[in-house]
Amino acid sequence: MKRKHRRLTFVGIALLLLGAAAALVLAAFEDNIVFFYSPTDLTEKKPGPSQRLRLGGLVETGSVKKPGGGIIIFKITDTAQSVEVQYKGIVPDLFREGQGVVAEGRLMNGVFRADEVLAKHDENYMPPEVAEALKKAGQWKGDGKGNGHTDKGKAK
Amino acid sequence: MTAEIGHFALVLALFVAVAQASLPLIGAHRGDPGWMALAKPTAILQFALVAVAFACLTHVFVTSDFSVVNVVSNSHTDKPLLYKISGVWGNHEGSLLLWVLILAIFGAAVAVFGANLPPALKARVLSIQAMIAVGFYLFMLLTSNPFDRIFPPPLNGRGLNPLLQDPGLAIHPPMLYLGYVGFSMAFSFAIAALIEGRVDAAWARWVRPWTLAAWCFLTGGIALGSWWAYYELGWGGWWFWDPVENASFMPWLAGTALLHSSTVVEKRDTLKGWTILLAIITFSLSLLGTFLVRSGVLTSVHAFATDPTRGVFILALLVIVIGGSLALFAWRGPKLVSTGLFQPVSREGGLLFNNLVMATACAAVLLGTLYPLLLDALGGGKVSVGPPFFNTVLIPLMIPMIAAMAVGPFLSWKRSDLMPALRRLRIALVLTIVAAIVTYAVHGDEPVLGVVALAMAVWLGTGVLTELAERIRLFRSPLSESFRRLGRLPRASWGMTIGHLGLAITIAGMAGAGAWKVESIQVMKPGDKVTVGGYEYRFTGAKAGKGPNYKFVGGQFTVSRHGREITKLTSEKRVYNVSQQPTTEAGIHTTWRGDLYAVIGDAEGSGGAFVTRLYFNPLVVWIWAGTLIMVFAGALSLTDRRHRVGAPHRKSSAVSLPGAQEA
Repeated sequence: MKRKHRRLTFVGIALLLLGAAAALVLAAFEDNIVFFYSPTDLTEKKPGPSQRLRLGGLVETGSVKKPGGGIIIFKITDTAQSVEVQYKGIVPDLFREGQGVVAEGRLMNGVFRADEVLAKHDENYMPPEVAEALKKAGQWKGDGKGNGHTDKGKAK
Repeated sequence: MTAEIGHFALVLALFVAVAQASLPLIGAHRGDPGWMALAKPTAILQFALVAVAFACLTHVFVTSDFSVVNVVSNSHTDKPLLYKISGVWGNHEGSLLLWVLILAIFGAAVAVFGANLPPALKARVLSIQAMIAVGFYLFMLLTSNPFDRIFPPPLNGRGLNPLLQDPGLAIHPPMLYLGYVGFSMAFSFAIAALIEGRVDAAWARWVRPWTLAAWCFLTGGIALGSWWAYYELGWGGWWFWDPVENASFMPWLAGTALLHSSTVVEKRDTLKGWTILLAIITFSLSLLGTFLVRSGVLTSVHAFATDPTRGVFILALLVIVIGGSLALFAWRGPKLVSTGLFQPVSREGGLLFNNLVMATACAAVLLGTLYPLLLDALGGGKVSVGPPFFNTVLIPLMIPMIAAMAVGPFLSWKRSDLMPALRRLRIALVLTIVAAIVTYAVHGDEPVLGVVALAMAVWLGTGVLTELAERIRLFRSPLSESFRRLGRLPRASWGMTIGHLGLAITIAGMAGAGAWKVESIQVMKPGDKVTVGGYEYRFTGAKAGKGPNYKFVGGQFTVSRHGREITKLTSEKRVYNVSQQPTTEAGIHTTWRGDLYAVIGDAEGSGGAFVTRLYFNPLVVWIWAGTLIMVFAGALSLTDRRHRVGAPHRKSSAVSLPGAQEA
């Protein structure tokens, strides 16, 4: 084999691999990208039950109910709209009323059936007293940045 | 006072680094030995100054000096000492200081132990190291000073996130950073080689120990992080394709490719440009990883909006380092002439195949990680790219690579034939098929991918052992002869054999835990029984208690199989006093067959009933056992004779020198 041919073979193999990878990526993108909706988006667009999506907002205060059997029902709100969420399983440790939460699942008959509930946490949480002290000193930097390991509750 | 000393030391270190970045480089350009020699003292001085700064920050943390913002944000008086110390790097500012400290340690190590390096190469390498350091010093001093004061100081701090209060996580970041920063050595050597316009076997041999050490640390760091997530986050998973994890996985993929391609440069004097490019990419991804995790860009692009100086600085730094080095590569790269020719089917070809797959996988992970950020930045809406995406793309890519991994070591350099190699692997092939059939018979056709993955692990494992047997001529020559050969194998080849074996074990673990994990969520009253994966979990009730800085509710489970008690598991739900943040401690019993794993959730009603989550995770411990073996293999290879006796002298003809001796 000549040097040129040999190089062609390598380029060919590389292109083949890249092509295969590109095809895989495209196919996977189509099926596995999950769009994020706010409660307002969800009530406006009303996606069908076949679409998997993420719903994010605050857990509405006073909305958490536990009808038994490990099921938990709560509302996610963006203060303008709120959507009822049903989930079976253990919610993450940081799940609290009034806190930010993201649920992944499908919208069925106006109820969001979640199979995964996530709550973000990072090292920059703080109790109110310390926050006060920092604010007074003009050193407040709390803004939800930092390395957020995601805490998840997951169910099948 | 301590904080000011630290701050001052950091400023001094910046100036020393500026001198180290410029003078030796100019000296090397002019061929002035006096200026080149400046690299050594400046590197050592810079290290000493950062060490002082780091010691000051540690002191401030240990003594809980709440006039320093960083301590207020991340520490608390009633925290155990270990976590006061790990709090030093458990935050953005402190982690940057740790990063630059490690960078300075590596620089000083080259300065002190690099006596056999040609002076011009050494001067250039240390200059480039210092340039990276200058970027980090500026970033810290201008946007993220760990020594900032606060007035009036509060009485106590906010504490460290309780989830991070864990011995595994205390050493996880330093391990990762040793890996990331270790790749900076490969990067500096690559840039220095580009400036010199020369890459040869000697160069490859000088770079190898640094790359290998960095790879070991990174592998260990990733494994530690995954293990922590497994036992601490409490939902039985060990890898989540979280962007934070991907950030460390990308440099690992690129670094693994680099490790393999540099062997080709060393032995066969070819693939030079590619190896240099890989060194640049690996370090660029390490930088990206550091910033992705630590800057908050990942949480949301809007972190840029809340603190634009930081974000813009990071972007500028990335553009300068990555753009600058790639531009230099485009300009000087074509000058690197490779002499070694090879056929597609050959050892080089196999290693190149490994490289191509690793690079493609790395690109796919990069795309999946950055796509949500890019789309959001362009106003295309918020999306998330989750595990299904990564699994669909990576698993099909990895299967052919692992298939090739068993064959590669049988191929000879330069040109080879596939058929004889495959013929020698026939026993491995038979064993693989048997394993696949047995798995299939036990589990049915339920996840086919699980059967395939387990079979691949067997193929790789038996393939590696076959190669070892071939090498020592087992059963083809007297046993004593085989033993003699076994004893004479170089440690580097032991490293390869054991490392690949470790990967086979890890893959088996991934296959088992990924495909046949059994999970069950239910409400249990005391005395209730649930069977999970053939194990009977009996809930014996929960009681409350108090830990050093938290309160807890602990649930007890008795696990038995075929009526025989195996173990008792305790899972705790803790609430930490300072933050009022709850965390969950899983109850785990590890065996080689799989882990028994129980988690207690919220109380349900008043009768002492709780929501519980029970798992059987088959083979999961193999994942970490395998990675541990890989790290050991890397360390073993690091002690190979050719690294111990020092690198060879440069010759005009770029042939590797067997048994070269240190002058």
